[in-house]
Amino acid sequence: MWDFIWNDFLVTGEPIIYGAMASIVLATVGIVFVLTYFKLWKWLWDEYLTTVDHKKIGIMYIIAALAMLFRGGVDALMMRTQLALPNMNFLNSVHYNEIFTTHGTVMILFMAMPFIIGLMNVAVPLQIGARDVAFPFLNAFSFWTFFFGAMLFNISFVIGGSPSAGWTSYVPMAGPELSPEINQNYYLLALQLSGIGTLATGINFLVTILRMRAPGMTLMKMPIFTWSALITSIIIIFAFPILTIALALMTLDRIFSTHFFTLAGEGMPMMWANLFWLWGHPEVYIVILPAFGVFSEVISTFARKQLFGYKAMVYAMCVIAGLSFIVWVHHFFTMGAGAGVNSLFSITTMLIAVPTGIKIFNWLGTMYKGRIRFNVPMLWALAFIPNFTIGGVTGVMLGMASADYQYHNTYFLIAHFHYVLIAGTLFGMFAGLTYWYPKMFGHKMNEKLGKISFWFTVIGFNITFLPQFFLGLMGMPRRTYTIEPEWMPLNLLSTTGAFILAAGFVIFTFNIYYSARYEPREKTGDAWDGRSLEWATTTPVPHYNFATIPYVNSHEAYWDMKETGATTYDESKLEPIHMPSYKGLPIIMSAIMFVASFGLVWHWFWLAIPGLLGIIICMVIRSFDFDEGYHVPIDEIKRTEEQARGRKE
Amino acid sequence: MSEHAELKTGPLEYRREDGPLTILGFWIFLAAEVVLFSTLFATYAVLFGRYGDATPAHELFEMPMALTMTFLLLVSSFTCGIAVHMMRKESLKGLVIWLIITLALGLGFLGFEIYEFVHYVHEGATIQSSAFWSAFFTLTGTHGLHVTLGVFWCTAIIIQLIRFGLTPVIARKTFVIGLYWHFLDVVWIFIFTAVYLIGMVV
Repeated sequence: MWDFIWNDFLVTGEPIIYGAMASIVLATVGIVFVLTYFKLWKWLWDEYLTTVDHKKIGIMYIIAALAMLFRGGVDALMMRTQLALPNMNFLNSVHYNEIFTTHGTVMILFMAMPFIIGLMNVAVPLQIGARDVAFPFLNAFSFWTFFFGAMLFNISFVIGGSPSAGWTSYVPMAGPELSPEINQNYYLLALQLSGIGTLATGINFLVTILRMRAPGMTLMKMPIFTWSALITSIIIIFAFPILTIALALMTLDRIFSTHFFTLAGEGMPMMWANLFWLWGHPEVYIVILPAFGVFSEVISTFARKQLFGYKAMVYAMCVIAGLSFIVWVHHFFTMGAGAGVNSLFSITTMLIAVPTGIKIFNWLGTMYKGRIRFNVPMLWALAFIPNFTIGGVTGVMLGMASADYQYHNTYFLIAHFHYVLIAGTLFGMFAGLTYWYPKMFGHKMNEKLGKISFWFTVIGFNITFLPQFFLGLMGMPRRTYTIEPEWMPLNLLSTTGAFILAAGFVIFTFNIYYSARYEPREKTGDAWDGRSLEWATTTPVPHYNFATIPYVNSHEAYWDMKETGATTYDESKLEPIHMPSYKGLPIIMSAIMFVASFGLVWHWFWLAIPGLLGIIICMVIRSFDFDEGYHVPIDEIKRTEEQARGRKE
Repeated sequence: MSEHAELKTGPLEYRREDGPLTILGFWIFLAAEVVLFSTLFATYAVLFGRYGDATPAHELFEMPMALTMTFLLLVSSFTCGIAVHMMRKESLKGLVIWLIITLALGLGFLGFEIYEFVHYVHEGATIQSSAFWSAFFTLTGTHGLHVTLGVFWCTAIIIQLIRFGLTPVIARKTFVIGLYWHFLDVVWIFIFTAVYLIGMVV
């Protein structure tokens, strides 16, 4: 028993892992102590853990995303340290494999995804004049499955060992023959668990946007960020079931000895690559389109101009969404599918540059002759345009199948997708967070610290990744744990950049603490002279969002309201507002799913089967729950609104 | 029981504001299910004929069995339609009776499917035999699991109908399980064609 716990269950023998274990234990003890000492358990349970309010769920998503950014960032720094000089002995090859696997998986699935879904939660219902999402209970369930999925993935490095076959988890490397340990099971089940929540989010937001818009708001009068959320939801709905199946098939291969992707029994390893990227390529658009939406909002607001080419922006996103499903083969041109297939996918890949280019020119057009304010959200947007364009242009280079044989699996590729994902998604999320921060927390983020963190991040980012293009052209392969002497100078430069980039992130996080303490409270509700409906609410936003829902005439609804002096509080039209009750079931059910998945990781059916039964019992409880929520009485709405608006005048 | 603004006319399941929302949400969920089954069908098609050392499909597939299962499931879809028709006529008794008949047919289908699987396993074709059999058992098994879930779900709704009567909320739930049941029928038609008919001749 103890032998099993020490040798197999816990990961032992590495000083870094002992350090991680100690820090996990200390952090947990610290959190428990603080919550107990300040008697915050009940508050935490009542206000956050059981909440179905989209604003609070959005905040929890973003906190989780920042924590995961920290985790993935530490992985990145460890990799860059190992690669700084030739013959470094910081990480051995096995540990290095684990680190790049968790870095990629965490950054895409547990950082970028919750960050965009968090911002969608915060902004979309407010932008369309809704009082919550269509299915608030399901929304809470989505969050908690994501959260427990992320936890399942993160405990792997101290319990049982991290997956080590890359974030793409290619077979046969990840299959039962070459990875007989349980490590890969963590990848499969953690992604499965959080994937359920993502699919539910997609359905939830599609219904919300289609059915719950304010009167007068036709599809072409929606704010552009809401459009990006709509398109993203559609991509999620059509892409995530493919991941569900791909993961399930590999789980069957690994736990029940089937032959989908194995070498024996006539399985097909390349089938995995196809299924993975059939989901994986749409996935990169899932994480980039909401960032495009944020940039459109930010650029229009801070250039003090209407968005240039609104309709073209919408159509461009639709085209990108369509194309995203027919380019997946470009991830493995070297598989040898033949010239015909490769040419076809080359063309579809390069076609994506057209709608993306349209968007770039529309952003430039929006700024042209605008009176630009250089606040922090705008700085992120301005840095995005040139850096993302570098990522896009190198993407077209990679998209040429014949040339790709040279770039494939080199650092050129690494540099390309970091230019797209950091300059696109991460800058977009930072822009969005600083932009909606006053709406979420009632105060802005400090501008000065924001600018310092911005410059550290942008400069550090370019020092890190620009040299990697050249390293790739020099032949440095990705996923190598040690470098050749001739690659040393550029690698050392890249590592230096990585630490500057990390400093930028640390300052960004410190800014959250600093602003909470010292930043003046934001009382107008309209922190940036905004143009869409979310700025029409008071700050802090009442839990029912809108006392009365305004009639919308254009995609800049609040801009119109400001001209006519209309508000979201029309005393003559007040009615009791129906709101859903908070529920503990989403977190409990997701926790049971976590336990069941953990059992499956270890092939412990004595744990997995009771877990499955627990899930079914939760579903029955939910089915027999006829709680109708409650109504906010008119008096209470009046009191809330007058208090908030009295302060305003 | 509801304080929602309720319409007085129209189908029962659409009278409350959350009715159409849930029903649209479920249609979209079914779209995701279509993608899910499409992926399984694609996998099956790619792995078709990869028997390894195991028995080929055409030596095991039997038309009478596949036809019986198809017949049971198609009829259950029809009786499910009658159940919703009874709901429109606000006949609680008719609704419950036809739902129970639907359930019985669904259970019959499941019985045959389990018998079929056991039979194949005895003949040496298991989910571990080869790529083809892995794909076969996963595709048909996923459909079977969906039917099983549907049976439990429908049972819960029948209990609610008997205990609480025909309210707009329970009418909505009944309508949604109806959609689900018809969807499984549609998937089965594709399985019958792509797996059994093609499997028997190729």
